[in-house]
Amino acid sequence: MRFLLDAEQREFARTLDALLGAADTPAVARAWSRGDHTPGRVLWARLAEAGVFALAVPEEFDGAGLLPLELTLAFEALGRHAVPGPAVETIASSLLLASLAELGDVVPAKAWLPRLACGTGLATLRADAPAALRAPYALDADAADLRLVVAGDQLWRAAEAGAAVASHDPARRLFATAARGELLAAGPHVAAAAERAWAWATLATAAQALGVGRALLERTVGYVRERRQFGVAIGTFQAVKHRLADVLIALEFARPLLHAAALSLDPVEIAMAKVACGEAGWAAARAALQLHGAVGYTEELDLSLWLRKARPLRDAWGTPAACRARVLAG
Amino acid sequence: MDLAHDPAVESFRAEARAWLADHVPAAPLPSLETREGFAAHRAWEAELAADRWSVVSWPERYGGRGADIMRWLVFEEEYYAAGAPGRVSQNGINLLAPTLFDHGTEEQRARILPPMARGEVIWAQAWSEPESGSDLASLRSRAVRTDGGWLLSGQKTWSSRAAFAERAFGLFRNEPGLAKPHLGLTYLMFDLHAPGVTVRPIGRLDGKPAFAELFLDEVFVPDEDVIGAPGEGWRVAMSTAGNERGLTLRSPGRFLAAARRLAAQWDACDRDPAVADRVADALIGARAYQLFTYAGASRFAAGDAIGPESSLNKVFWSEYDIALHEAALDLLGPDAERADGPWAESWVFSLAGPIYAGTNEIQRDIIAERLLGLPKGRR
Repeated sequence: MRFLLDAEQREFARTLDALLGAADTPAVARAWSRGDHTPGRVLWARLAEAGVFALAVPEEFDGAGLLPLELTLAFEALGRHAVPGPAVETIASSLLLASLAELGDVVPAKAWLPRLACGTGLATLRADAPAALRAPYALDADAADLRLVVAGDQLWRAAEAGAAVASHDPARRLFATAARGELLAAGPHVAAAAERAWAWATLATAAQALGVGRALLERTVGYVRERRQFGVAIGTFQAVKHRLADVLIALEFARPLLHAAALSLDPVEIAMAKVACGEAGWAAARAALQLHGAVGYTEELDLSLWLRKARPLRDAWGTPAACRARVLAG
Repeated sequence: MDLAHDPAVESFRAEARAWLADHVPAAPLPSLETREGFAAHRAWEAELAADRWSVVSWPERYGGRGADIMRWLVFEEEYYAAGAPGRVSQNGINLLAPTLFDHGTEEQRARILPPMARGEVIWAQAWSEPESGSDLASLRSRAVRTDGGWLLSGQKTWSSRAAFAERAFGLFRNEPGLAKPHLGLTYLMFDLHAPGVTVRPIGRLDGKPAFAELFLDEVFVPDEDVIGAPGEGWRVAMSTAGNERGLTLRSPGRFLAAARRLAAQWDACDRDPAVADRVADALIGARAYQLFTYAGASRFAAGDAIGPESSLNKVFWSEYDIALHEAALDLLGPDAERADGPWAESWVFSLAGPIYAGTNEIQRDIIAERLLGLPKGRR
């Protein structure tokens, strides 16, 4: 056993962090929120160049093969830098199409996977019942080139994004995309492929939530070291320290669950990781908001980019309730 | 990155499992915090030691099996999964022995470790004093130089296991009045039955004498029972906090077994929906703690030191342990009140977790200052 990232994996995470740290991602996220997708697509292309969107695409379709552990590293970085766009959904769409190909239906995979892997195509997807609880909306369907809708044992490519619904996070644009347009596949293999895609979406969302929590902690640590009241930095106060210590504990105990889930892809382990990462991310948001005080409650402060994302990510692709039920089902 | 144990570790697991299946008492032993239970647990230590299972991570010459940290973790998983008794020798094994390995002499190790491994000598810890709890370095008990050794005087308290143990270890001030409180301290071992020692057992919350006050009046300790150099006691006591002790104070196996037990009880209670989320969280927390420990053990095996992150560990398991027990008690309904209930003793014990081994307030200070880089402030 060696439950540690190897040098290459650490380097991959470092590279992405450096790339995103230099990309003014808050400005990209704010543009995305206004409906200006141009800076977001430029960033997307750079992430694709770094290999992010090839991590869920088999090599025969110009991907890197299925690399769930690297995927969690990438999505932790995306969350940490508040990167907007349907990244989870693109990964899940890739998995869905790759799984269909494995089950003998290669046409949609051939048409789309190379584009998704190299970043020239953005994808989103949603599910009609019974999996609707996990994916009722197609994220950023207005920006996506491929809009997939799973309806029972049918897979549709929707022509229209459909009606928009606002999210608490303005960088997340939700659409109730209808199962109309081109029927890409039909049969029991669609449900099987969708199940696998949902698992990867849950894993990637957990990683993103963890990254969001980490960013919130880092920004808040920076703030309480600078902010002075009663003549001293507020970070000297135990009430402040202990709250942040608890955030670090929650994040640090969530990450091993995430990595273990990526290693096994076991549904119970993925559910465990999603609960822990989602709750830790949201706990980080609560602490960040409280310790910033009134300025943290403003839209203007960049902190809001993460604060408003933490709760939606906690609930997207597997609510805590649904994931706990999965854990108990064994 | 992988989570698969080597085949050699798995065969070690199988060997441990087979031995435990043959030897673990069918009925739980009486509470180790009673005279009768203490004796029963001591006999169990001897039974473990007879087949070299009491201190698997020690070198063979002291009664161990030279097991590395992964084997130790696997042994603990099997130990608690088998429902084996609590370890009455844990103060000695977890706190004193690592200090002897790092700072003791070969003579001390050869003399002290084998009887510890066999349960013949049970050790109590003697850190806290009435005026020195979290601020341990302010301690005032004295070690005064005498011919061939030291004379210990003063008062120690909250001394776990001291009511029935043979010996104790702790810090004493050999040179008062130095510039900093953690200077001039010496790490000593002493006999609880020596002339000048008075042991007054203290009933913990459930009345059992789990700890004691120690009154020392010119208790003679020979030089051979000083660990490290006189005056270096603080460094000696603290240095082992940074090694695997940070990982081994509470093994994940214990919580994995408890969480499984809780889940089984929840099943037997028609999966009471009111407690469902907390049962799920107990399963998730046990797995998280196991994986966090595996990650730390992997870093340790790769040669990294375990530093202040052991504080993350301590807060996590102590809070987790209470939450798990609260869920278990809630499943019992009004019978949770019964002091003879299936979770009663371990629940009472869990309540002490956030207090001992460095309170969780001190641990959170360490986390904030050393891991997050926040400025020091008043405690």
